[in-house]
Amino acid sequence: MTTDELIWRIAGGSGDGIDSTSQNFAKALMRSGLDVFTHRHYPSRIRGGHTYVEIRAAGHDVQSRGDGYNFLLALGDSFARNPQDEAYYGNEELKPLSENLDDLNEGGIIVYDEGLLDEDDVAELDLEARAEENGWHVYPVDLRDLAKEHGREVMRNTAGVGVTAGLIGMDLAHIEDLMEDAMSGDVLEANLQILQEAYEMVDEFDTSHDLTVPEGSHETEQALLSGSNAIAYGAIDAGCRFISGYPMTPWTDVFTILSQNFPDMGGVAEQVEDEIAAAALAVGASHAGAKAMSGSSGGGFALMSEPLGLAEMTETPIVLLEAMRAGPSTGMPTKPEQGDLEHVLYTSQGDSSRVVFAPGNVEEAYEQTRIAFEIAYDYQIPAIIVYDQKLSGENTNVDVEFFDREPAPDLGSTLTEDELKEAAHDASGKFERFGYDDNERGVSQRSIPGQQGGRYLATGNEHSPVGHISEDPDNRVFQMERRLEKLEHIRDDLDEGETNQTYVGPDDADYGLITWGSSQGAVFEAVSRLNDEGHSVKAIGVSDMMPLAEDELVEFIESVDEAMVVEMNATAQFRGLIQKELGRYGEKLTSLLKYNGNPFEPAEIVESYEIRLDGGAAEPSAQVRIEPAAGD
Amino acid sequence: MSAFNAIGDDREIDRDEYTPSVEPQPTWCPGCGDFSVLKALKQALPEVGRNPEEVLCVTGIGCSGKLNSYLDSYGFHTIHGRSLPVARAAKLANPGLEVIAAGGDGDGYGIGGNHFIHSARENHDMTYIVFNNEVFGLTKGQTSPTSPKGHKSKTQPSGSAKDPLRPLSMSLTAGSSYVARTAAVNPNQAKEILVEAMEHDGFAHVDFLTQCPTWNKDARQYVPYVDVQESDDYDFDITDRREAAEMMYETESALYEGEVLTGRYYVDEDRPSYQEEKRALGELPDEPVAERYFDDDAEWERSYDLLERHT
Ligand SMILES: Cc1ncc(C[n+]2csc(CCOP(=O)(O)OP(=O)(O)O)c2C)c(N)n1
Ligand code: SF4
Ligand SMILES: [Mg+2]
Repeated sequence: MTTDELIWRIAGGSGDGIDSTSQNFAKALMRSGLDVFTHRHYPSRIRGGHTYVEIRAAGHDVQSRGDGYNFLLALGDSFARNPQDEAYYGNEELKPLSENLDDLNEGGIIVYDEGLLDEDDVAELDLEARAEENGWHVYPVDLRDLAKEHGREVMRNTAGVGVTAGLIGMDLAHIEDLMEDAMSGDVLEANLQILQEAYEMVDEFDTSHDLTVPEGSHETEQALLSGSNAIAYGAIDAGCRFISGYPMTPWTDVFTILSQNFPDMGGVAEQVEDEIAAAALAVGASHAGAKAMSGSSGGGFALMSEPLGLAEMTETPIVLLEAMRAGPSTGMPTKPEQGDLEHVLYTSQGDSSRVVFAPGNVEEAYEQTRIAFEIAYDYQIPAIIVYDQKLSGENTNVDVEFFDREPAPDLGSTLTEDELKEAAHDASGKFERFGYDDNERGVSQRSIPGQQGGRYLATGNEHSPVGHISEDPDNRVFQMERRLEKLEHIRDDLDEGETNQTYVGPDDADYGLITWGSSQGAVFEAVSRLNDEGHSVKAIGVSDMMPLAEDELVEFIESVDEAMVVEMNATAQFRGLIQKELGRYGEKLTSLLKYNGNPFEPAEIVESYEIRLDGGAAEPSAQVRIEPAAGD
Repeated sequence: MSAFNAIGDDREIDRDEYTPSVEPQPTWCPGCGDFSVLKALKQALPEVGRNPEEVLCVTGIGCSGKLNSYLDSYGFHTIHGRSLPVARAAKLANPGLEVIAAGGDGDGYGIGGNHFIHSARENHDMTYIVFNNEVFGLTKGQTSPTSPKGHKSKTQPSGSAKDPLRPLSMSLTAGSSYVARTAAVNPNQAKEILVEAMEHDGFAHVDFLTQCPTWNKDARQYVPYVDVQESDDYDFDITDRREAAEMMYETESALYEGEVLTGRYYVDEDRPSYQEEKRALGELPDEPVAERYFDDDAEWERSYDLLERHT
């Protein structure tokens, strides 16, 4: 554990305002020049239930959560079901303190609200002895009392932040600025007073710790964004102005952001009766000439299977999101997992022709959403962004200038009325939307209803050039091959452009780690640590899932002695995909899998690599599984 | 300047324009009621002054779903039960289109029932035609949601134990602002009702009785019929929800006793359409979404201008 980092965990009940408090604290750290990365842990409940947000801040680049953490602000759960007696669920009020102790690093700091938490309950935790053993520094503070004195009990959070700042020597200016932006009047006054008083209160403490706020600086202005923000913003900049959906965690975040922004942007957002409708609306809007998007999480995405196939068959461009959460079925709704890869690649009947991207971090989420729209509308094919609860909710700082880009609202392969005059029509005057000629890259230009000279029939049945239902074998083979041909051209385009795959570590490394989507951050941190320790390891974070980044994967796998595929699921879905698509490497690929509901921490990957290097006999200490290569 | 010049083009429209001059010819069975829907629609569209390229006819799957194969306009033959969500979105993306959704009784009252309820509830400005033949035609005669109780079919060998669904009552309760029933055997009324439905601002639901001689055996199933507006036996106010509800109930029950009642059942001219409601909230732009992509001078908002909240 490096000590030049602050890893601050604020723990309380859901409904205790943990999210907004942590958001502002993370921003304050960012404004003070640090790189930040947040991780949110919460149960599937609105009020009560133990929840925390962890903020990792350092003067250097941070791409994932750290190993453990070093500062606990335990507010206690003010929404606990049975605040006073031990209920079936245990002492819930105390959980924000009791359940966070195991991960706290040696030498860490604990601040807890002795106003809310019962003295006797805390005594039962054996806190003193454990603190002694682990070198923890424990500061009980009556946050509730301080909050009540100047304002209301809910302002305990502010008191906690004040104490935190005091203990680690952090300047209050940024925190105060942020409060002034968010509040006004008496509420602001009370909060500022509580903050100040809590901060000064620390002077009277008998302190023993040496953790201080790290120092850092940014050359350019930074913005704090989540993966969901980035996807929504990528969509806005790609000219998407139609979204339809049905709430489901964690996809709801993107749906919410766009529903709130579209009215001011000439766009349309629709919350509809179910996910079948949601996807069907996106198809209908796109058919009528809008850049449209829908999405869901596992179960809701399953309902979209049939409309997705309709979009493929009618060559209606759409972008769909799949925000994975732990399955099967309702699974663990608020926990991340990468278990829906095969679902997204293959769902819906027939041979699938779709594009799938799995962004690895916030910047990639923005970038690949733009690319998804570009390809979808250029090639008239559905494009899917598969991400997860982790990327959706984690916030990190991004250079503001990264977003200073031209919008790309082009409707892609669509004709204007003037162009339609030159296009092929049948004897009835119907436009040959799916004609046999002029199909560069497998794409046939489309018209939009309401255009003069463009009428045709779109149908999910196999169809003739003007869209009539047709079972003619020659037409069938032609249309089928033309639709499938697009994927090869899309692969070529992707290979020619800037790669969506991300690499770290020395080119000539002996060992490779392969990962996809949001596991990338933890894998990359592990690689840098391993190299610091003298190992020879590199990694690739893959985003192009369909069409798969085959050449890059072959090159990577060929260049190492062995590669370990790291992913958050139990059945090694990505490793399976690589072997299926490349038709080899069964003996060269091993797996590191995690599916307990929590994302990888870098140390787990480091340890698993070391076990693998030693022949793989040892049991990993964390809840992960190493699966050997074929023939091992 | 619009990129969609078919919309609002005021020329004289010939009904033949809606008939494809080359294939396909309808493949419906001889005597099928579906022919009458096609014919009535071809007559009604010129009457409402709509030309083929400002019409989007969206259908589901079934014999009925073939409607737009034989109607020469823009068309979208979707999947079973999903014509309404596709149609709704097209209307939202480009409100100038004349959007007609159509499908069978299985399609609209069974598998797509949820969309029917919600489209009616939201009062989308469109016409929805349900080809009600009281049977699953395309899949060879199985019992449908509107088949009479006791209906025998290969999948209900002892006869259906289920009471049929009441489409008119359901439509009214769900929120449709225009509800009518017509029959394939009554072409004039059918045309007039379709004209009214298309001219109505809001969700206009037409339950169209279409006999299926192939599976229900009786091509004269809906003869004789009674027009409730023309008959002296019935007197109710179609703008009165209670009276309409009673008349609908009676009509639905009578059908299964061999009496075919048809006509207009409910009209609410005051209820704003969903499009109007949404526009009033500032959630539907004045310039159609679809129009903007063709406007080279359009200024597109950027996420860069939203970043203040993140810094
Ligand atoms: C999801 C799905 N389920 C089942 C089918 C098979 N199917 C096609 S049409 C149909 C029912 C047709 O009945 P109806 O909707 O009343 O239309 P009709 O043929 O009578 O006009 C069924 C069950 C299908 N195409 N898709
Ligand atoms: S099966 Fe029935 S509904 Fe279908 S075309 Fe034949 S007669 Fe018409
Ligand atoms: Mg039917």
